Amino acid sequence: MTAQEATYHLGEFRAFEGGGKKFLYLVPSAGIFELDREAEAVLTRLAQGGASHQELSALAGEEVVQELYQAHAIAGDGGFAEPLQQPQADFPLQTLVMNLTNQCNLSCQYCYEFGEDKVATPEGKPKFMDFETGKASVDYLFATSGGRRAIHITFFGGETLMNFPLLKQIVDYASGLAAERGRYIDFSLTTNATLLTPTIIEYLSEKRIGVTVSMDGGKEAHDKFRVFANGKGSYDIIEPRVRALIRDHKTRPITARVTMTSQAMDVMGTYRHLKDELGFWEVGFAPVTTAPNRLYSINERGLDSVLEQFRALADDYLAHALRGEHHGFSNVSDTLAELHQGVSKSHPCGAGLGLVGVGPSGDIAPCHRFVDSDTHRLGHVSNGIDRERQTDFLGRGHIHSKTDCRTCFARPLCAGGCHHEAYVRYGDTGHPNLHYCDWIRGWTDTCLQIYGAIAAQNPSFLEHFSERKAA
Amino acid sequence: MRHLRAVNQKARRIDDYVASLDEDVVALQGPGQGGRGGNPANPLSQRPHVPLGCSLVFSPGWEVDSAGGTAGLCQPVERDLYDCYVTCFWPAQVPDHLNNYPDWTAKCAAATKDWRNIDLVFP
Repeated sequence: MTAQEATYHLGEFRAFEGGGKKFLYLVPSAGIFELDREAEAVLTRLAQGGASHQELSALAGEEVVQELYQAHAIAGDGGFAEPLQQPQADFPLQTLVMNLTNQCNLSCQYCYEFGEDKVATPEGKPKFMDFETGKASVDYLFATSGGRRAIHITFFGGETLMNFPLLKQIVDYASGLAAERGRYIDFSLTTNATLLTPTIIEYLSEKRIGVTVSMDGGKEAHDKFRVFANGKGSYDIIEPRVRALIRDHKTRPITARVTMTSQAMDVMGTYRHLKDELGFWEVGFAPVTTAPNRLYSINERGLDSVLEQFRALADDYLAHALRGEHHGFSNVSDTLAELHQGVSKSHPCGAGLGLVGVGPSGDIAPCHRFVDSDTHRLGHVSNGIDRERQTDFLGRGHIHSKTDCRTCFARPLCAGGCHHEAYVRYGDTGHPNLHYCDWIRGWTDTCLQIYGAIAAQNPSFLEHFSERKAA
Repeated sequence: MRHLRAVNQKARRIDDYVASLDEDVVALQGPGQGGRGGNPANPLSQRPHVPLGCSLVFSPGWEVDSAGGTAGLCQPVERDLYDCYVTCFWPAQVPDHLNNYPDWTAKCAAATKDWRNIDLVFP
């Protein structure tokens, strides 16, 4: 075939505008390019159907045709092959999520660990992790993290602080080991904040332990589900503790993690309360994970409303970003970080790859959400991961196994969505989370436009995301 | 690229890669399959994309300087012979270590560290 006979078609991408400029988000490479007029002219022509090399060259010049082809924005008749990339078999661990206990002093109805949709089978297993198991877990992390210099431990529960003595022992042990071996280790935890004391806060600050507080908004929203066993809400108990934490923990920013339900979907109000009134550095929102028939499940109309509110808050984020100011809506920051780095995922997250969860018994699960589930057990810290089970888990979760995702422009970021959510909804960790597709595409589109606007009007702001960990 | 401005980090990598197709030194390589390079009209005629020179394997040899020549190399071109001698199946002209120059590479235990110690041979 000669150059003159070649026929071109549009490649796979999402076109978007931001700050008056036109951009392409290429799929699956996740490269973002700004278009000039010639490039735009070629794409506009191809949107009406295939065209010859000769025609396009006459329209905009041969150089632009070549560039678009090389970036895979336009394709020849055969398209481009998408190579199947499997992660290496002994992928080094980076993050260990340690469930120090599976006990909790709250009884949140929606909890994925205790609620109606729980996958955990904790019967007959230890309720609290002991030091021997904790130590073996840390040893396991050091042994299997390969050449990584920096590794992380996240403490989780149950309620993490119900096993605070063990947390301190593990921090000491792991820090000692890291110093000995020239590794860098950092720690974080998630808590419901009910058990925070001045002593604990001082300790967390001194040891630079990052803290995420599970908190659903103001008193009314928070107390809908985050209740003690007697049904009493926990807001009044945690509010002064959260204020003390934010005031006295000076070494790491404190973040809030909001679980949205059909009865608590006021994004803007929740954000204002947590960010402006309580002073959290960042606030991240996620819809509750649940079977669709639960009363607190957010239905399609609810999701539309959430997306609309997300967009309004994202506009606020953009205004801040254009002034070069921090904004605490972390759902935007996290997405922008992934867009900026050009993340294109084979799997929705690091579960079972660079991250695993460890239960109080020492059982290894793909992540903290699967801890204590016999069905999803991958191994034990004493003898490592069963490679066959891990391969099965990762094989199901691979984007190439998800035919529904094959033509979606959001797949470099989403890769089918949370394994745990998929299991709760569809009974298969590898099932794409189809109930979120429109939402994810809408949100990705919003973030692309924000990214474009920042790239056009205040590009130096994007440098914040060069190093930020992409989720 | 002139018509597409790389905005995010991945796009810059794509840009660098595409640029490298025009700038890398390539030889002895047949047409590649897939990839991003070459003549857009005919993907099968794409240029090879395995770089020679400072590459994945440390090998004092087959190198060019940043200008594509040999004047600015960190070692004399004669030492290119070392790679022929050690790894290459092709019968290149290397010092005869069986009969005349048995100690040619004696001081070079590990090429990555000791390449400066390879003797020059003037038969």
